[in-house]
Amino acid sequence: MSFADALAGAGAKAAGKRPYFLTPEVERVLAITMTVAQELAVARQRADTLERLLLAKGVIAAGEIDAFIPDAVATAERQMWNQEYIARILRIVQQENEAAAHLAEVSSGDLAEELAKAD
Amino acid sequence: MTATKSPPPERAAANDPSAEYDGPPDYRVIGRHAVFPQTSHDEIERINFLAQMNRHLAARVVPGVKAAYEKRVVPAFEAANGRPVAHRHEARKAMLNDPSFQTWSALRRATMEQRQQAGRWTVLRQNEELARKAHELTSGDPRLELDPALEIPRYVSAVDHHCMPGSYHTEYFPGDVTNGANYDHAGFVTTGGLLGKFVDGGGQAVVKWVKANLPDFRPSKILEIGGTVGHSSLPLAQAFPEAELTIVDLGTPVLRYGLARAKSLGVDNVRFVQASGEDLSRYPDHSFDWVQTTMFLHELSLPAMRNILRESRRLVRDGGIVLHVEQPQYTSDMSYFEQAMRDWDAFYNAEPFWSRLHEMDLDAEMERAGFDRSKVIHGAVFGVVDREIFPDAQEDETEDYGRKAAWEVIGVVA
Repeated sequence: MSFADALAGAGAKAAGKRPYFLTPEVERVLAITMTVAQELAVARQRADTLERLLLAKGVIAAGEIDAFIPDAVATAERQMWNQEYIARILRIVQQENEAAAHLAEVSSGDLAEELAKAD
Repeated sequence: MTATKSPPPERAAANDPSAEYDGPPDYRVIGRHAVFPQTSHDEIERINFLAQMNRHLAARVVPGVKAAYEKRVVPAFEAANGRPVAHRHEARKAMLNDPSFQTWSALRRATMEQRQQAGRWTVLRQNEELARKAHELTSGDPRLELDPALEIPRYVSAVDHHCMPGSYHTEYFPGDVTNGANYDHAGFVTTGGLLGKFVDGGGQAVVKWVKANLPDFRPSKILEIGGTVGHSSLPLAQAFPEAELTIVDLGTPVLRYGLARAKSLGVDNVRFVQASGEDLSRYPDHSFDWVQTTMFLHELSLPAMRNILRESRRLVRDGGIVLHVEQPQYTSDMSYFEQAMRDWDAFYNAEPFWSRLHEMDLDAEMERAGFDRSKVIHGAVFGVVDREIFPDAQEDETEDYGRKAAWEVIGVVA
């Protein structure tokens, strides 16, 4: 089976019409969010596995991770990563706020009609 | 997160969360066999997460749904209609307008869909290798009898039971076992390990019930109808090693996978036969000592169930037994709330015959099939706890309507 076929097959719809309990827009976002939550749990467990292996092999000592204090350079990198991450996730909030300041904007579809006119 | 290791339970100290852990075991306790799919670290953790989601929904969200039903849904219904709720469908339809039921339902449905995607991904990425292993174990073995011409009835093909794409029967290429492997390895998400490391707690419970209630019964020919990969069937073959167990099912991939799995687990007194339980004319009258179905009747239609009950009457010898294990019937002493919650799977988890089955008079159906009504027997069975997974198990009191390892037996000594 090809990678593309496995991706499509794994997410295939089961036969039968899907019930919706909330408005479809809300339920769609909920379903996406719950899968993201699932993948966060998976990533968290992977980090935990890594810590326990490092501990067992004596690479790190018990409590070392909780006692970790990043130096100034690492602190800046890590906090900037947080800022970038949040900004990335909340892009639509930024863009909707920018739109609120430009109420007279035209849509591409509307502009297309205007641009297509001969005179 | 912490890098501190938890001490083993016997040394568990005060405030050690592991001392009071109550929930599904880690998936790594699962029993593996030759055709069990390989699972990566992250695939295992996906299953762990989803099992915990179901646990959370049952233990921490359902009580809120119940409270909302009592405090909000019932008063609103009574105000609008001037009478109490009088049927489970009224209870369910009223709850559909309540945010508590809506949110629980949306989360439960999403969890089921995530489980299918997770399990299918694991299997699809290795399905050629699994087919090769299944071929090695089953090729030329007369104990696998497939019938490519068998027609899949509408009660199986129209909606995929429990949102399982392709159901039990779809074969993606010759020799494929994908849908057997998916059904087997990721069912843990729903059971939370409660059926044991080989998902055989239901079958073991049936054996325990038979040995307790019919101590002199010594079957030599056993038939399980709708046995899929053999989860509940193999304990019967193991408990009666001198007997021959025949498992019939509609689905090619589950049967092929089932025989490979059984042989790999050292259970050899089994046959996997592709046939409809509605027409087992390949077997002569009175050819079995024991006809069994386990969590199967709810995946039929009314005509199909009647045909299967009639076939079971024809196939069982005098003095033999027919047993059906199912989730409890809806009775007048079961609240409309509980009935509606149990009906959730019928309406929202693609189990379309579930609701009708559970309201029926099954004694009358047994009589209709030709059994003597006075010989119909009823019992209760509880999943046998796998002490390798739950060494300190106590009775699980979490109610996850329709999913709990507690069933009813309806049967007859012919």
